[in-house]
Amino acid sequence: MSNGPKTKPRLAVWLPLILFAGFFALVIWGLVRPADREVASAFIDKPLPEFNLPPATDERPGLATATFKAGKPRLLNVFASWCVPCAVESPQLAQLAGQGVEIDGVAIRDRKPDVARFLAQNGNPFARIGKDDLSQVQLAIGSSGVPETFVVDGKGVIRYQHIGEIRPEDVPLILSKLEEAAQ
Amino acid sequence: MIAELGLAVLWMAAALAVLQLVAGILALRPEGRQVAGLVRPVAVMQGVLVAGALVALITLFLTTDLSVKLVAENSHSMKPFIFKLAGTWGNHEGSMLLWVAIMAVAGGFVALVEKRLPENTLIATLAGQAFVSLGFYAFLLLASNPFQRLPEPAPEGAGLNPLLQDIGLAFHPPTLYVGYVGLSIAFSFAVGALVTRDVGPAFARAMRPWVLGAWIFLTLGITAGSYWAYYTLGWGGWWFWDPVENASLMPWLAATALLHSCSVLASRNALKAWTVMLGVIAFSMSMVGTFLVRSGILTSVHAFAVDPERGSFILALLAIYIGGALTLFALRASTVTEGARFSFVSREAALVFNNVMLCGILGIVLVGTLYPLLTEAMGVKVSVGPPYFNPVSAVFAIPMMLVMGVGPLLRWRQDSFEGKGAGRITLPVGVCALLSAAVLLGVELLAPQIKLLPALGLAIAAGLAPASFLPLRGRNLRRTPLATWGMVFGHFGIAVALFGMASESAFSTERLAAMRPGDVQQVGPYAVKLEGIGPVAGPNWTALEGTVSASYAGAAPSILRPQARTFSNPPGNRTESALKTRWNGQLYAVLGEEGDDGRWQMRFWWKPFVPMIWYGGALIALGGLLALLGRVAADVRRLVATGKIAYRRERQGR
Amino acid sequence: MSAIKAKHQRLVLLVIALVALVGAGLLAAWALKNQAAYFYVPSDLAANPPEQGRAVRLGGMVERGSIHKAADGVTVNFIVGDGKARVPVRFTGITPDLFVEGSGVVAEGRMEGQTFVADNLLAKHDEKYVPREMKDMTAGQAKQVVAETK
Repeated sequence: MSNGPKTKPRLAVWLPLILFAGFFALVIWGLVRPADREVASAFIDKPLPEFNLPPATDERPGLATATFKAGKPRLLNVFASWCVPCAVESPQLAQLAGQGVEIDGVAIRDRKPDVARFLAQNGNPFARIGKDDLSQVQLAIGSSGVPETFVVDGKGVIRYQHIGEIRPEDVPLILSKLEEAAQ
Repeated sequence: MIAELGLAVLWMAAALAVLQLVAGILALRPEGRQVAGLVRPVAVMQGVLVAGALVALITLFLTTDLSVKLVAENSHSMKPFIFKLAGTWGNHEGSMLLWVAIMAVAGGFVALVEKRLPENTLIATLAGQAFVSLGFYAFLLLASNPFQRLPEPAPEGAGLNPLLQDIGLAFHPPTLYVGYVGLSIAFSFAVGALVTRDVGPAFARAMRPWVLGAWIFLTLGITAGSYWAYYTLGWGGWWFWDPVENASLMPWLAATALLHSCSVLASRNALKAWTVMLGVIAFSMSMVGTFLVRSGILTSVHAFAVDPERGSFILALLAIYIGGALTLFALRASTVTEGARFSFVSREAALVFNNVMLCGILGIVLVGTLYPLLTEAMGVKVSVGPPYFNPVSAVFAIPMMLVMGVGPLLRWRQDSFEGKGAGRITLPVGVCALLSAAVLLGVELLAPQIKLLPALGLAIAAGLAPASFLPLRGRNLRRTPLATWGMVFGHFGIAVALFGMASESAFSTERLAAMRPGDVQQVGPYAVKLEGIGPVAGPNWTALEGTVSASYAGAAPSILRPQARTFSNPPGNRTESALKTRWNGQLYAVLGEEGDDGRWQMRFWWKPFVPMIWYGGALIALGGLLALLGRVAADVRRLVATGKIAYRRERQGR
Repeated sequence: MSAIKAKHQRLVLLVIALVALVGAGLLAAWALKNQAAYFYVPSDLAANPPEQGRAVRLGGMVERGSIHKAADGVTVNFIVGDGKARVPVRFTGITPDLFVEGSGVVAEGRMEGQTFVADNLLAKHDEKYVPREMKDMTAGQAKQVVAETK
């Protein structure tokens, strides 16, 4: 038996397996790639950017970065009157506010009368509401949609980002994140 | 009650699958011989039980039992009967149950009728089949129980996605599933043959009907899917090279190659390792396709339930099955004996060429489909579409179709284009080639605006259509085996479909306009007039319906009614295009939205000979069916004959 | 032509298969380099514009108040933005059902002058389908669009 034609097939029969391994590695990467978490992680443990927003409603003052450096953790809720899930989460926000959590809002691309109507319908758990017409603050804190909620510790550092509406089952999580931020 | 029964039956079936695997492995060892008799009956019983579980789920859906979570989430009491039925597999859990049911029933059938293979190989095959099923059982029972009850029955079901509420799509996924599962049987045969190192004609003959059956369903599924995309997306195209479409095309390409290499192995005992390899690849492509569609790792224009977690599960199965099979292949391939020899001019060589070209196309499609993922790994987002797929796959498809005209005329082992072969092969094929050349020349002279690919397509279709009938020349048509007829129809179907594709691309005309009722537009030979717009209602939708009268070259007008539908449960929209089919093409009308000035957006296409694409697909499937009937009939005759011989022996012995 | 020697047949077949495989791979790599349509968001487009006429995809949000229908009734002009840059887009055809101001869109087409001419628009169909490019960009917004259309 000559060795030439025999050894080559032996190497070649492993080729399909090697190609498959390559494919496998690629899709594993594709699956574990944290598409959504990436956005969040980029801003967690970063200080809030400096901003000073005018009030979005006549009932509450506007919102500035200084509010978040008062030593106590607060929630920052990004919402809009034109956003339906924002209305869905309002009972949960009310519940949190009822438990003594201080919540500030940023209304995205909104009009004063609309915000007033939204708050009249869904309740107003907010201490302050800033008006962000150009989504400047929203983008700067790494939020890409509404509603989103941020836990900010007493030094103005973002500790947790909640994407999407706060559902009733999310409330304990938010509370525990607030507790963590207080330490 | 039915739900609990279904779940219990499913558990029992899973237990039997474990038994089938263990007994199969034991039976292959010399000390385990006595359990060998267990494997076949267990496989049959497993098939019966899973079929029972599927029937239970279908019953739950038909009676809209809202205490079952799956029904509540995917069905609705107001839904038409046929969509309740389709709702059974129109979701993840149900489709997995359907998958495992088809697989087990097919496995049971193999256990019942397959007598040609050496017993050891068959037992290894059934063990392999049980192994593959077990992954799906584990998934169903541990992670996605279709029979799960709700703590409180839901007041009403959540409905079915309106985009999926379409008769074509209701039966499209199960058709593809049957194809995929058929390939899983071929895969099990390949694994069984590798385990016992017994790759030969008997293996190919046992595997061939399953490959053929799977291939028929895949062909039908792809054809129907293409037609569905054509009329429902309202974009006038019939193939978008979308990941979902590619996911169904890739197993088809592999199965087509497998089908042809199978026939070489069955008739000539050659291409042994290659056929086994293709058996593994064909099923891998089914799994890869399912994975790509279900995981949402690639985005698609076809809405589909996606879930990365389920994707990872399918991926894990894929890794175990395919990684394992390829490792087995690598270990065993060099011990598979050398196949029979053949010359460069022979049927085998033509089929090898066909196989290599098909695998080339497969590679092109696979690479193109995965490329966006690859570049994303490097931080660049791209999408790959027709400008890549069309010309690059044509590089392989065109030579393949040229050889397709000659291959079936060649003899096995060795042939020649000279001497005796001149009259039999060279002359008739030459005539067909001249026909092709004449069409190409005609197109270039008369319509130079037509692009190269459609022109080539028209030319090849013109030559391939008559060439596909050449194998019947000089034969007694009554005695010609069904399998030969199948091949002729299959190849003719390719020519017909190619003609439709080329014609659509070369001659389509389009008209997009904002029209007031009463306005007339000209599109191709048709004069179309918007008669009016009015509301209509269906069982679970309302729609705006345009009434369009279309007159072909001055003839009496016919009415088309394109709709823009709005579904209520769950809410969603869908355009419903209207089609008017003639023998020489199709008029395609889409209703858009109303402008501020009372004009309506209307879009029309005149597509000459476009239905040929799907007629061609149907012909290809018909060819497969004829071949399958021919093979099965031959097998049954052989079974009957051996039965008679055994009976006579028994009587003589007495 | 004589039959190939048994010893060499497997080798010849193998070499043919390998050559075809490698050929297909090289061809695919070359063609993909030239034919793949890159995905841009408006700020990429402003910073590093593609060649005129090259097929690309543009993703972003349709700016509120920017959709204008041309006199022919079938051409729409609108502006796609990502909060940093804005690109005017022209599209002739029937817009998808969920093509509305303030929601996400992916346009397939090419730059012609300063305008992006779209051949096709992909808007979100339902919660099950978000173009992946958009998903990265508007994580929470997807949910919101669905809810809005309900």
